[in-house]
Amino acid sequence: MATSASSKLNKAVKQQYMELPQGDKVQAMYIWIDGSGEGLRCKTKTLDSEPKTIEDLPEWNFDGSSTYQSEGSNSDMYLIPAAMFRDPFRKDPNKLVLCEVVKYNHKPDENNLRHTCKQIMSMVENSHPWFGMEQEYTILGTDGHPFGWPSNGFPGPQGPYYCGVGADKAYGRDVVEAHYRACLYAGVQICGTNAEVMPAQWEFQIGPCEGINMGDHLWVARFILHRVCEDFGVIVSFDPKPISGNWNGAGCHTNFSTKEMREDGGLKVIEEAIERLSKRHQYHIRAYDPKGGLDNARRLTGHHETSNIGEFSAGVANRGASIRIPRAVGQDKKGYFEDRRPSANCNPYIVTEAMVRTCILKEEGEQPTEYNK
Amino acid sequence: MASLSVSSGLNKAVRQQYMSLPQGGKCQVTYIWIDGTGEGLRNKTRTLDIEPTSIEDIPEWNFDGSSTYQSEGSNSDMYLIPVCMFRDPFTLDPNKLVFCEVLKYNRLPAETNHRAACNKVMEQVKEHCIWFGMEQEFTLLGMDGHPFAWPQNGYPGPQGPYYCGVGADNAYGRDIVECHYKACLYAGVKICGTNAEVMPSQWEFQVGPCEGIDMGDHLWVARFLLHRVCEDFGVVATLDPKPMKGNWNGAGCHTNVSTKQMREEEGLQYIEQAIEKLSKKHTEHIREYDPRGGEDNKRRLTGLHETSNIEDFSAGVANRGASIRIPRQVGQEKKGYFEDRRPAANCDPYSVTRAITNTCLLDEEE
Repeated sequence: MATSASSKLNKAVKQQYMELPQGDKVQAMYIWIDGSGEGLRCKTKTLDSEPKTIEDLPEWNFDGSSTYQSEGSNSDMYLIPAAMFRDPFRKDPNKLVLCEVVKYNHKPDENNLRHTCKQIMSMVENSHPWFGMEQEYTILGTDGHPFGWPSNGFPGPQGPYYCGVGADKAYGRDVVEAHYRACLYAGVQICGTNAEVMPAQWEFQIGPCEGINMGDHLWVARFILHRVCEDFGVIVSFDPKPISGNWNGAGCHTNFSTKEMREDGGLKVIEEAIERLSKRHQYHIRAYDPKGGLDNARRLTGHHETSNIGEFSAGVANRGASIRIPRAVGQDKKGYFEDRRPSANCNPYIVTEAMVRTCILKEEGEQPTEYNK
Repeated sequence: MASLSVSSGLNKAVRQQYMSLPQGGKCQVTYIWIDGTGEGLRNKTRTLDIEPTSIEDIPEWNFDGSSTYQSEGSNSDMYLIPVCMFRDPFTLDPNKLVFCEVLKYNRLPAETNHRAACNKVMEQVKEHCIWFGMEQEFTLLGMDGHPFAWPQNGYPGPQGPYYCGVGADNAYGRDIVECHYKACLYAGVKICGTNAEVMPSQWEFQVGPCEGIDMGDHLWVARFLLHRVCEDFGVVATLDPKPMKGNWNGAGCHTNVSTKQMREEEGLQYIEQAIEKLSKKHTEHIREYDPRGGEDNKRRLTGLHETSNIEDFSAGVANRGASIRIPRQVGQEKKGYFEDRRPAANCDPYSVTRAITNTCLLDEEE
């Protein structure tokens, strides 16, 4: 049975403890991104009263030499609270706190991409950039094989699973249901879910979020998913191509619009933005997975509803293109567009930052512009 | 599941029916004490007619020391002296947990009662307001003695992703940690945080800041709660400082210390003075930092796995390979506290805090 030993511990026993009153004390779980750029870490601190805003949360620190982030001889790194949510595991008044990581010299850590994203977003506030990201993922057993797949084998070919129902089509729906409810409780802006084309693969969507919120909400949604899967004893993978062969990969399609695009006649602005994106394909590809494009090379093949990584393309209702303009947008002549290139394990801060740089700040060339503060 | 206890498989719904029975005005008081090993905890319960409101309301008791490695059968009675009281998170209000000192038949402290000597020292230094925070590391084991959730007859992937990790492949046994945290908060134990540790199935909780004698009291009760929670889940917590040989971290009890002077402006000089004094008493402290005079810590303090070598004393800012680490922000703000990383996970916090207090605040008067 490919579920973890921990998940078989007695949950009725756990429930008795979790119901204990805690007086005025509040547990704040600090969450951060580690040195891999994909992994999440967390630890908890007791506070004497409920924090009402992010300003009520103290800065903290951690041992970066244990998270691939620093050397043992100079290991202290700082955690700077950035966004606060309700804790769906320990419940009110307890909190989840997403943090930025700062090095000993007070500079942002290498994998702290939020810092620059925030600067860029603050430059374009008047454009009200909205994002919606479609997070695909695969559920694995503790043996590393997709959950529900026969051991040492494969299910029937893709076809019946997308948005499917029934025990022979939907593998692990409990995880999705629990995650959805947990996100709603926490205050994460989850706007939908569906089963995906590969069995044991699912998707949730976060948005619409303006500016820096997109990255914050998506990272917390990912943390909640890891924690929900941990409770069930399974593992979530954001690898963009978990199974080679005739099986879909996992992406993070990013929907984008500005105030101008959403207004009448906005289609023209959308087309201009796509024109700019077409000239900066390599810069975006580098930003769209944590390995500068190497992860996506396994996924963006031109098959399985992806575009080929070597080429940029755009089209209305075209799921084989880099950019898809939804048919309704083509008809209403305003709305948003979908960039289908980001991989499931992308860092949403740099994805949204790249989008803003190219489409709103109208940058050109293969390097991002350095702006003076 | 082979590695969980049979007891934990008993029907908890049946248990709940009984535990929800009202108990009239009677109160159950569970007395807890340290046994002859200096590491083990024992407990027994008595009924009181009304709820005690303070420690003075709790009567002295006694027990059979010949069954706890503490006395001979021919002269076995030993005394339990209540010293601090907490709410009981297992049988709930109005019931209590009462931590006790053990006295021999002649009313002298038992061999493993290090609280008595610690209290004497803490009484002498009250004006310094010495604060402690202790970081208790521990490892979860199955009933087979193998770390909980590790593959049978095998090992998980190497250390790297587990520290503060999330996910079924990184965090083994989080339920225990969550429940222990809630139990401590309910009981009134000063738990201030938790995190997953570097080795899988290894965790840490922190107790503090506690002044003087409170540090030992709160840490020992926190340990009792941990053992009780693990018992309910059917697993075992070990405080052994090196449960797995090879490239696996050991378990310590890093002890953070500050006095009023160290916490005030320019306190760094007092921290440095204290470290200077500690540097001259390394061997004496090592003897106090585990229950076997340093023998346990020899397996852990190797100079690898974020430890200092047991032979050498060292100190440094943000240096996790040193005996004493000064946190970076303390170095920057020039006040605060320091961390002694030498105590083993199974240390007696009374011995540790007494040694540190004695060396840093009292030695010159000897």
